[in-house]
Amino acid sequence: MADLLINTLGLPGWLGWTITAVVAAVLILNVIAGGALVFIWAERKIAGRIQDRLGPTRTGGKFGWLQSLADGIKLLAKEDLMPEGADGMLFRIAPYVSFCASFCAFICLPFAFDVVGQRLNVGVFFVVAVLGLEVFGVILAGYASASKWSLFGAMREAAQVVSYEVPLGMCVVVPVMLAGSMDLVTIAEKQSGWFTNWYLFHDPFTFVVFWIYVTCAVASVNRAPFDLAEAESELVAGFHTEYSGLRWSFFFMAEYGSMFLVSALAAVLFMGGWNGPIPLATLLGLSEGTGDTAHYLVRLVGLANLMGKATVGVLVMMWIRWTLPRLRIDQVMTTCLKYCTPLAAVMFLGAMLWQIALPGGVIPVLRTPAATVREGWLPGPGGSPPASAKASDVAKVGS
Amino acid sequence: MMTGLAMLVDAMVAAPLPVAAINWHSFFFLVFAALACGFAVAVVAADNIVRMALYLVFSLGATAGLFFLAGAEFVGAMQLMIYVGGTLVLLVFGVMLTAQGPFVSLKGSGRDRVVAGVVGAVLLAVLLQAAFSVDAWRAPAQGVVADPSATPIGMALVGLRVDEPAAGSPSPNVRPGYLLPFEIVSVHLLVVLVGAAYLARAKRRKTPRAIEVAASSEPPASRAEHAAIGRDRSRGASVLTGGR
Repeated sequence: MADLLINTLGLPGWLGWTITAVVAAVLILNVIAGGALVFIWAERKIAGRIQDRLGPTRTGGKFGWLQSLADGIKLLAKEDLMPEGADGMLFRIAPYVSFCASFCAFICLPFAFDVVGQRLNVGVFFVVAVLGLEVFGVILAGYASASKWSLFGAMREAAQVVSYEVPLGMCVVVPVMLAGSMDLVTIAEKQSGWFTNWYLFHDPFTFVVFWIYVTCAVASVNRAPFDLAEAESELVAGFHTEYSGLRWSFFFMAEYGSMFLVSALAAVLFMGGWNGPIPLATLLGLSEGTGDTAHYLVRLVGLANLMGKATVGVLVMMWIRWTLPRLRIDQVMTTCLKYCTPLAAVMFLGAMLWQIALPGGVIPVLRTPAATVREGWLPGPGGSPPASAKASDVAKVGS
Repeated sequence: MMTGLAMLVDAMVAAPLPVAAINWHSFFFLVFAALACGFAVAVVAADNIVRMALYLVFSLGATAGLFFLAGAEFVGAMQLMIYVGGTLVLLVFGVMLTAQGPFVSLKGSGRDRVVAGVVGAVLLAVLLQAAFSVDAWRAPAQGVVADPSATPIGMALVGLRVDEPAAGSPSPNVRPGYLLPFEIVSVHLLVVLVGAAYLARAKRRKTPRAIEVAASSEPPASRAEHAAIGRDRSRGASVLTGGR
């Protein structure tokens, strides 16, 4: 888009880049904030239905559509309290640290082919690294609140997140190995075609790895049954006991943002990203070269695909939350260290051996040959994409 | 709208804004460098260990920003994962060890500050002298570096140098790369891991501990005391299993 602004419209370079950056940032912010609004409403409804009640019914019509909005207004109007013994600076900054970490990870998450804030060569790695930083805000909040409940919650969270990063990283490595790239766009692009091309169905090992990833992802974003950090029956509300008003809602936006992020990451890594289960675009003869309208249509469908998959992931997390009881801290640690980590290691090894022994899959017919990376993004002989890649892309958009 | 935009652009060309003349790469470099240095000073100046850790995180994060700015995405992500993530563990231990104790506020004496300042100044002088003595670093940045990729690094670590094929070699992909150092480091880390697990494992004592003897021989006087024993024991277990 920056190239479009600068080369086609003739804007000066700095202005083009600034506009592009602002547009991308605002779009991502909207995904997080708007997503949080919708998901909080959905969480209330789902929790209600699972517990055999109705959930919100009055605000904004029959289904309580406006419940989250009403909550938001209430939170804005709430008094912003700070405990007497709190470390003021840390207490104020903690929610923003959490939120910024969640936001940063979205920067290199592709929503469709080319619809990505900043395409990074090490996208997966970046997302996992930044996702681990979210816990910083939680620990700071727990420490700065000068409350023992908060501190307990923060310590639990730290132990949990640091432990679960290990199996999570191992699970993420498997699709990286299969795709031969850490670039999220390339990984998703390699799974295009029928749904049998998805890494989820690549071999039995990746199928298991996916479920380990789901477990670790739920744990790393602190959702039940791993929500030890805010166990309300033992720790009141854990790390955010002392927070109220807008600061508290920032923690929630960060939490829902991370939920969406790990779900979208699962979709990209294991479920074909923006590629639907049936390659509709290819069957209908639409492709990059068909023309502008088709070009954007394909991307729009891809965007809807990825959003749909990520939303399903978030809904599954809610379903899990309201179904399973909370684990004890030692059970959480056992799950991670004694089950998830060794299992992930063995599955990683298995997937590697499978890739060596049966690179074509058991039944080659099932593997449609559509999984080719689009031209222009292929790494050149030196491992770097050719310089013409971006120029040709602009030409395509402009034509 | 297009004409309006064009007029806007024309107006800008007619009266060039000073912003257009800024070298944005240098600008962002200076921003990140200033952030890194400023927070580094704040680490030293702060007297609360958690605040120090927070400033350290910001400083290291700004350094990661410098790496991203230089196009070294892999190193930048590494910086985020290892240093910033490592500071996280530091923070946890800082909180665990100092949250209640007399170390909440760490203030060095005046003599310490003077010694530290002299040592720091000497180190800075040496580093600055070394940095400015490299001629290549003083020349203005030029040209566009090819988009770096993590693939050559990974291939080199498993023994294939795809980035620098050997001159005159019949098959350019069979240079040794960094396989041996990589394996040595891996084995070293494995040894450290096993050693840590050995040191941290729950020790099975033949003889019961004093507190267990007390608990088994005579019933606790009060319910509160009983609860205290249980809590003590469970906390010990969670510390053992809680680490990385």
